[in-house]
Amino acid sequence: MKEKLPELKKSNRREEIRERNTGLAALYRKEMRDHIRSSRFLLILVLIVITSFASLYGALSNLSSAGSSSEFLFLSLFTTSGSAIPSFVSFIALLGPFVGLVLGFDAINSERSSGTLNRLLSQPIYRDSVINGKFLAGAVLIFIMVYAMGALFGAVGLLIIGIPPSAEEVGRIIVFLFLTAVYICFWLGLSILFSVLCRHAATSALAVIACWLLFTVFISLLAGIIAALIYPTDGGFAGLFNMADNYTLNLYLNRISPYYLYGEAVTTIMNPGVRSVGLVMASQLEGAVAGYLPFSQSLLLIWPQFTGLCAMTLLTFTISYLKFMRQEVRSNG
Amino acid sequence: MDPEAIISIRDLTKRYGQKTAVDRLSLDIRRGEVFGLLGPNGAGKTTTTLMLTGLTEPSGGSARIDGLDCIRDSIRVRRIVGYLPDNVGFYNDLTGRENLRFTAALNGMPEKQVEEEIDRLLLRTGLSGAGDQRVGTYSRGMRQRLGVADVLLKDPKVIIMDEPTLGIDPEGMRQLLSLIRELAKTDGRTILLSSHQLYQVQQVCDRVGMFVEGRLLACGTIGELAKELAADSSVLLEIEVDPSEGDLRSVLREMPEIQSVGREEDRYVISAGRDIGNELLSAAIASGCRIQSMRHLNNDLEEIYRRYFEKAEQEHDKHQNNKRFISRNFERKAAGAEKK
Repeated sequence: MKEKLPELKKSNRREEIRERNTGLAALYRKEMRDHIRSSRFLLILVLIVITSFASLYGALSNLSSAGSSSEFLFLSLFTTSGSAIPSFVSFIALLGPFVGLVLGFDAINSERSSGTLNRLLSQPIYRDSVINGKFLAGAVLIFIMVYAMGALFGAVGLLIIGIPPSAEEVGRIIVFLFLTAVYICFWLGLSILFSVLCRHAATSALAVIACWLLFTVFISLLAGIIAALIYPTDGGFAGLFNMADNYTLNLYLNRISPYYLYGEAVTTIMNPGVRSVGLVMASQLEGAVAGYLPFSQSLLLIWPQFTGLCAMTLLTFTISYLKFMRQEVRSNG
Repeated sequence: MDPEAIISIRDLTKRYGQKTAVDRLSLDIRRGEVFGLLGPNGAGKTTTTLMLTGLTEPSGGSARIDGLDCIRDSIRVRRIVGYLPDNVGFYNDLTGRENLRFTAALNGMPEKQVEEEIDRLLLRTGLSGAGDQRVGTYSRGMRQRLGVADVLLKDPKVIIMDEPTLGIDPEGMRQLLSLIRELAKTDGRTILLSSHQLYQVQQVCDRVGMFVEGRLLACGTIGELAKELAADSSVLLEIEVDPSEGDLRSVLREMPEIQSVGREEDRYVISAGRDIGNELLSAAIASGCRIQSMRHLNNDLEEIYRRYFEKAEQEHDKHQNNKRFISRNFERKAAGAEKK
């Protein structure tokens, strides 16, 4: 009897894991199917494909007119903007949030309002499978989409310019795409959070759009105002002393925004010429040899931004997880 | 504890902030029984069903279904309990069959036997023609029947239905009730249904529980409840007269057994110490009244319901400052009803 006990425990444990996974797998498959079939998702996908090809066109026209002087020509496909068209990178930074929004803004509250949440939770599944399945399906779809987009964009670019990328460039692009996927996952997490908090899908969608506006447009304005209030740079000599503090505070405030963090990280990883993020004193540059940063050093440089993005993503998901687990399931109040 | 009980609830309590939704509910439901939980809106019926399926954590007390604790073993409980929530929802852009398939996947059922099972259930609930239509096109009654199919898919021992008859037309209702009856009698499943629609409950339930403001006031078969009321109170008669002829009021005033009279236009509700139906009739006819109808109200579920709630309210008002006493009183009554 005694010898059998550990074995029994083990098989119990295995069964428990299987139980846990049945619900999660079923939900994951359903969410995935729903997303791929949904016209909303197709719409945003088409939008992104169109804009990215517009940006490719812009980049190509600009590159050919400037002449190929850059060592990292393939990377500049992604970062060069045309005369009127922003670059691929800035398009993705701006439009990426909408992918997260579309995938997540009605994740929980639509189930609640249509009365399917009750029925779902009365099945023999763990409660967290619901929110885990939704986040997982969204995240996997985002990763697939981002890498597929990157590959498509790169392939078309390669066909046109005809210069194959170096291994380093490929590495940088893979890291860039990974960053992009994490960045979009942050928006997915935020949308799911609002879908847990708000009762109506429209409210949660508006809330996410408000956050998007705040993070992409207003936070830089606000940061400038706050920095100027605390460290005024006008007023003669004293202002000069404040300049460094003003700039640092401005930067720190901006870095609250995942949009800014993503922008910094992408600029660094896609431009080997970028040697530092943030404030650099002239004295620090003394004796520096102008040159490109190796891949590993670029990675090291963006490590804080990268961990920051991951942390924000995890934070939004964790809050929505906790909120969801504690919410009452009563459908009407 | 009743050894035959498949659902046994002990002192189950749920508080939402200050409000007590369910107050020390104790109840045993036997295997194969159809039990009706009766009460007005907001009585705590839905909360009780949610606690039984482990969807809401109780503030105190315990509930067991087939020996499994509803909170700690909620996953295993949900495997043997089918729950049909009120206003059951399905994914509108999937077909009925796809919705059922998803439920089967959540239950980890092997795919091969699922298709046969779904066909069988769609046939049984009369939806075989509509199985491949999107649920968005379904009527309310069809949704409810799909809900029943959804519940039956996992072959549950216990089925809990929350307001199953709400908003269904009479024909749909009749089908649903006969289905419920069949599930209990033919399949031997235990069914707990909550409702405020008395007539349906009366038709289908073996036993009923009166549930008001989170407390179980009485529990038993409808006959038992009526008898209990009759024992400690008076006989109720409803009499309807043509107002143009005769004066019923003077007749009523002359009869000493009458304790009180309520009037609703031409209908008088009379309570008396004993059954005075015949005396009343002959006296009324003698004084020239034209009687349109007369009936006993005691055995009507609606009346039982009304009187239980009336009594609960009266006692509530009378003893508002002495809550302890009220609840003791109710417990005694509930215990008495269970003993029978």
